[in-house]
Parts: sequence; structure tokens; C-alpha cells
Amino acid sequence: MDVAPEQVARLARLCRLELSPEEVREVAAELGRMLGRMDALDRLDTAGVEPMYRVSPEVNVLREDEAAPSWAREELLAAAPAADGGAYLTPQAVE
Amino acid sequence: MIWETVIGLEVHVELATRTKIFCACSTAFGGEPNTRCCPVCTGMPGTLPVLNRRAVELAVKAGLGLDCAITRHSRFDRKNYFYPDLPKAYQISQLYLPIARDGTVEISSPAGRKAVRIRELHLEEDAGKLTHDPAAGVSRVDYNRCGVPLIEIVTEPDLRGAEEAVACLEALREILRYLGVSGCKMQEGSLRCDVNLSVRPAGSGALGPRTEMKNLGSFRAVARAVEYEARRQAALLEGGGRVARETRRWDEERNVSLPMRAKEEARDYRYFPEPDLPPVELAEEYLDRLRAAQPELARAKRARYQADYGLGEYDCRMLTSDPALARFFEALAALGTPAKQGANWIMGEVLGALSQRGIEPGEMKLTPPTLARLIALVEAGTLNRNTAVKVFEAVFDTDGDVDAFVAAHGLEQVSDGGLIREAAVRALEANPRSVEDYRGGKARAFGFLVGQVMRQLGGKADPRTVNAVLRELLDGGGGPARTGA
Repeated sequence: MDVAPEQVARLARLCRLELSPEEVREVAAELGRMLGRMDALDRLDTAGVEPMYRVSPEVNVLREDEAAPSWAREELLAAAPAADGGAYLTPQAVE
Repeated sequence: MIWETVIGLEVHVELATRTKIFCACSTAFGGEPNTRCCPVCTGMPGTLPVLNRRAVELAVKAGLGLDCAITRHSRFDRKNYFYPDLPKAYQISQLYLPIARDGTVEISSPAGRKAVRIRELHLEEDAGKLTHDPAAGVSRVDYNRCGVPLIEIVTEPDLRGAEEAVACLEALREILRYLGVSGCKMQEGSLRCDVNLSVRPAGSGALGPRTEMKNLGSFRAVARAVEYEARRQAALLEGGGRVARETRRWDEERNVSLPMRAKEEARDYRYFPEPDLPPVELAEEYLDRLRAAQPELARAKRARYQADYGLGEYDCRMLTSDPALARFFEALAALGTPAKQGANWIMGEVLGALSQRGIEPGEMKLTPPTLARLIALVEAGTLNRNTAVKVFEAVFDTDGDVDAFVAAHGLEQVSDGGLIREAAVRALEANPRSVEDYRGGKARAFGFLVGQVMRQLGGKADPRTVNAVLRELLDGGGGPARTGA
């Protein structure tokens, strides 16, 4: 299956990935091969087969609405590339 | 050209759970930034969400209250987008199988009662809060709100203008507050509303291209934004232009809507089924149990108050304007307070005291037994109305003991005819001029004399008795004075 470089470039933008033109061509070829495998599934007759969204048969895994202590802020912020002691810092995000 | 405004709402409501939707962090409003957070709600790799049972229950209650069909088998989906308010880079939401669909909410519009269709109601998680600092070129991120459970209610484009849009929001808020699903405080962001709006020539059945408007901080802002946006779109079309499908931001200070960054790409959310959460199966017995436990809603209460207590429509509306207030009124009635008396005290003194202190009925310390006792003392003639209002003010903030306060301050009403007569005679002797004025036809002089008698008795006399005694003394033989109450 063919994937156009423009489709890859658009996907990369949505995923915030920076790809060189060469990488775009490579990824397009790889994605094309992967989607080709999916085509094999499309050739199967699935009429009357219940779609399976999950492998696990579990349903209703729920927790009670009971609070537990949150984490220490310093500990959480320590994992961030930038923080000012109270808040995470990111490059200014414009709405 | 006459234009018709067509509006659909997307209403986000924070659910009144104690904890977040997928972790055990507190949902309390406010708090120091990032103090109600854990690895789950800050999106750390390797963590797993576990759904809050109460969030499901509240969403189902909301769905039932809006006459929706509840989805017996619902699932979650990932909505992917990059913005720092979502640390996972996706929001867990419901796209394919929302928990409730196909409901209605009834509104009172200028055109009478109207049923507005609800397309769907789904569960999702709230995002964090950003504070932009242009000077430093950074945004500060607080994830306390991230993961707070939300329901998003989507209406069909059934609304026609600002009044109906606001009426719809009011109706939704009333239902959700009565159900205990949410506090619905727009100023705290626990109720937020986006407006989808298009215009079309009146009489046309087609829908024009619509804009989505965000950043509406109050019902008044919704009304203004609707009016502004409808005018803007009509002017564009009349000038031969076309309406761009875009997201716009309401600027409350300038009263204009402005385009937000072009979003056609951000719109590509690449939804897919959430692999970390098993589906939710709701048994019919579970739904029956919740149906049976649904509280009486405001509309039913208003009808009942009119029928059972003979109260007017205005009174009923005021009493049901807040669920806590309605509960208070019903508790008073159950304690034997005459309904009209209870209603008057609530609408007058109680609402006055609340607004003076800037607090909500739900935060009030005063309890129904205390107010019932106060009203009973007035009814029994032990307190006159003015004194009772003073007692009310004294006990309101602490739910103080009415009888103790009355006794401690010697406030029992003087309804002893003899005492009042003595005071009246003294007042007449001390004010011969006023007596003359009264007899000369000056009605105002009578009021002055009543005041003099009341003053002698410390304001505690039964005004009806004072009036009757004075009339008798002044008019001579105008019938026996009414003593006692």
C-alpha cells in the first residue's frame, strides 16, 4: 500500500516529530509495508464476527471514590525538565 | 434579510466526586499548584488508570435526569493532541460509545416551553491549567485539575438565540445540582460551556457553516457572545462574504469574539479505543436502582409546592432556586411551620442574610428547627416581627438558641393589655400637641403616638394591641381594645 510523503509529513506534525525529508521518505515506505500487512486482514471474511476491541475479557474494573495522599510536589517536579518550585514550566504555549 | 440564529451547546461539568476519575488524588477546588497530583494524573509512563465507580454513577444519574438512553456497554477512547495541559498527550474520553445518548431537557423560552434534544453525554477527564507568562516566554502548568472527572453534554442545534441558550444552561444546571451530580459553579469552572452557532435566513431549513466559541465565563457572557456572533455572521453573509468554520474565543472585556489559532490540524485527534481501561457494563438492576433513587427535581417540586402548599409561582421559583434552599423549606414545613410563613422568611430574611454574607444556601449554619422555633414564637405572639428579625440576625451565623437569646435579652413581646394601656395613657399625656393634631385630622400624628408607646415598651409590644388601645383612647368608645394576641 502506498503512503504519500505528504501524509507522513502531516502525521509527523500532529505527533510533534521532526523528520528530515529523507526520514519522511523512509517512514513512508515503512508505513506502506505495515499497512500492506493489514491488507491481508481486510481480505478475510469477517461478516458475523463480533469486533474485538481488547484482548482481555475484563469489564468493570472500578475503584471506590476514596482519596489517598497525593505525591510530594518536589518529587513530581523533579521529573520535569523545568519547574519553578510550584509549577511545571513549558515554553509558552499560545492558545 | 431576517436571520435566524441556530445554536447547539457543549457543556462540560465537573462531577462531584471526592477523587479524580482515574486516580485517588483529591478533586477539591483550589489548593497550591501541583499538590493534588500523582504519577497517574501527571502522565508518568508505566502508570495505569483505574476508573472511579462514583464518577460512573454520577454520569448515569445525569443521563437519567436528562431522559437519555443509558449505554449498557460503554467504552473509553483516546483523543490525541499535544498541549501542555494534558501531560499524557491524550485525553481519555468517549467517542464511539458514550455512556448516555438521546435525551431531552425542557426549557422555558420566549416562545413557551420547549424540549431541547441532548445528542449525547460522555465521561472524560479534565485537563490541567496553564498560566502564560509572555515576559518570561514560559507557561506555568498546574495539574491539580488534571484528571478531575467531567461529563460533556452535547445538545442538538435546537436553540434559537441568546435567551434560549441561557435558559438551556440554567435548566441543565438546575437538574445537575438537584441530582447532586455537580456544584455547577461557572466562576470556579465546574460548569463550562462552548457555543456552536450559525445563522440562516429565517424560514430556511438548512444549517449554515458554524463557529465554535470558547472562554465563556458566565451566563451573561454566553448571552452577549451569542448576540455578537450572530450579528457578526449575518453582517458577513449580507456583505457577500462567507463564515469560516473555526474556533473563536470570547473576549469578555472587549465584548468581541476573536479567531483562535487555526485548528483544522489540531482537530485531527486520531481517536482510538483506550487500551488501558476495560469497558463498562451496566446491569439493568443497577440502572433500576439508580432510577429509583433519583431525587425529586426542581420542576416537580414547584408543581408540588403550588398544589400542596398553595404557594404562587414566584414563591415556588425562589424556593427551588437552590436545592439546599428547597430542602430547608421542606424541613420547615415538616416541622409544622405554615408554608407561606416559611416561604416569606426564606425569601426575605434568609436570602437577604445569605447575599449580605456572600454565601450559598448550602453553606448556611442556620438549621430549620431554629427558624421554625423563631417563626412559632411570632405566630404565638411572643415576639413581634421586628424583634424576631433582630433575633434572626443574632442566631443566623451560629444557629444560636432562639429561646435562650430571647430570654437573655428580655425580648418577649408585651401583649398585656393593661401594661400597654398604661404606656398609651402616658404617651398621650406627654404629647398633647400630637393628640390635637390627630383629632384635627392629621393621620401622621397617630403613627408618631404608636412610636412613643412602642418606645416606652422597648419595642416589644404587639403592634396590633398598641393600635387598638390608642384608637380606643383617642376616638373614645371605638370598640374595646384588643388585648392579647
